[in-house]
Amino acid sequence: MPDSALIAAPPAVRVRGAHVRLGRATVFDDLAFSAEAGRFTGILGPSGVGKTTLLKLIAGLLPADGAFIGDERGNRLSGCIAWMAQKDLLLPWLTVAENVRLGARLRGEPGGRDKARALLAAVGLEGRADDRPDTLSGGQRQRVALARTLMEDRPVVLMDEPFSAVDPLTRIGLQDLAARMLAGRTVVFVTHDPLEALRLGHAVFVLSGAPATARPIPLPADAWPRAADAPGVLAAQAEILRALAS
Amino acid sequence: MSRRLVAVAVLLGLWTLAWAGAGQMEFILPPPWRVAAALWDNRELLAEHGAITLAEILLGLGCGAGLGVLAALSLALWRPAALWLWPLFVATQALPVFAIAPLLVLWLGYGMASKVAMAALIIFFPVASAFYDGLRRTDPDLLDLARTMNAPPLAVLRHLRVPAALPGLASGLKVGAAVAPIGAVVGEWVGSSAGLGFLMLHANARLQVPLMFAALFLLAAMAILLHAAIAAGLRRALPWVHDTLDQPHARD
Ligand SMILES: Nc1ncnc2c1ncn2[C@@H]1O[C@H](COP(=O)(O)OP(=O)(O)OP(=O)(O)O)[C@@H](O)[C@H]1O
Ligand SMILES: [Mg+2]
Repeated sequence: MPDSALIAAPPAVRVRGAHVRLGRATVFDDLAFSAEAGRFTGILGPSGVGKTTLLKLIAGLLPADGAFIGDERGNRLSGCIAWMAQKDLLLPWLTVAENVRLGARLRGEPGGRDKARALLAAVGLEGRADDRPDTLSGGQRQRVALARTLMEDRPVVLMDEPFSAVDPLTRIGLQDLAARMLAGRTVVFVTHDPLEALRLGHAVFVLSGAPATARPIPLPADAWPRAADAPGVLAAQAEILRALAS
Repeated sequence: MSRRLVAVAVLLGLWTLAWAGAGQMEFILPPPWRVAAALWDNRELLAEHGAITLAEILLGLGCGAGLGVLAALSLALWRPAALWLWPLFVATQALPVFAIAPLLVLWLGYGMASKVAMAALIIFFPVASAFYDGLRRTDPDLLDLARTMNAPPLAVLRHLRVPAALPGLASGLKVGAAVAPIGAVVGEWVGSSAGLGFLMLHANARLQVPLMFAALFLLAAMAILLHAAIAAGLRRALPWVHDTLDQPHARD
């Protein structure tokens, strides 16, 4: 169970010697990756390179196959992780608020209804708490999934393209919200938007190749979250595009 | 609604044509109005036997569906059941109901029990198979999400797998409702002293063809109403399941 001590001092994420074969493709062959404790780490990479696979590996959803996946002290991460999948995975038979409270419902824990409503309000959906998810737009559904992830209150948060389905303005708002609400946790997020990676990431990696390797992008030292027009962001963006193209 | 009226009118028209074309022989194919008259004249008899058949169908549906749901749940929960029992269930489907009916009558007697068992037997499989399929097809990402949430297996079954499989169960129930009358009537044919199947055999033997058709009509009406009631109930119970055929489409 995550407790406040863990969240106050969240674990780092270390992956060493990861081998993953899916179908006929070797996605990772001896992959190493790390995300620092209490920091946001962005992952970019072309479609199909293995970003989702990496998050699932960290979440313990794939067989580790001899790889080390844990924190900097060698402990496992099970029970510390909240995972926001690439699909929103909302349950159509539950209301929006019940979806946000899914973890508690599955574990049979009572309470948390007020918190669920507060989180829905934070993602701008206070009026929709009692609606069914199929009445929401794609971006609204994604925001519910974000609220469900925040509801879990875990020290390590993995987010797979969390804001891909919203307009640029809402996206910036959600990035700020995520930065605010997840500050101090170890966050690994996947995105296709270099600017998003640069705004939110303390560190940014580009996954490329088959089998894929993770390559760090040098970043400007700025206040966090970075402003889109901060000096150095443009140069870093060019670096990312170069890494993606190679 | 008007669509249905047109369909009924066309059917009645074709029926009348067939009767006229076949030489107007009432003991082979009575015209619609003779059947209507038979329905009215024998209303008490038909109601009495119809009530028995309806009870057999409903009880059979209840037992068959209940057992089907239990079987699907145990198959989904317990791997040896899936490995050993499922092939057995499939094999029982290869036995024609007509072959089992005399046995059931022998074991359970001429009363209602053998007919209920018969109906339950043929409802069981479509329900169990549709529900089991649904239980096996839960979105793997959803199960992964539940794993990261430390959900116990029973909670996953209750909160994710069962609700996700309900649309499958619903189609199974609709098929079950459609085939249930077959079980009851076959059971009655093999050996009984009451019910619409019994009445039809009896009327047939005495060349009361309009009465036979009246019983047939009542049976079909019961099956259609049962199917419609179940479909409507399921629509209300599963409001998140959309029938894409029901949705208005822009046509060009
Ligand atoms: N269940 C599976 N079976 C077989 N191959 C798979 C499976 N899941 C993923 N793959 C393959 O593994 C590779 C990595 O997939 P992954 O989903 O991690 O990509 P991604 O980087 O997240 O892409 P995207 O940006 O499109 O989401 C892909 O080439 C894909 O074809
Ligand atoms: Mg992906």
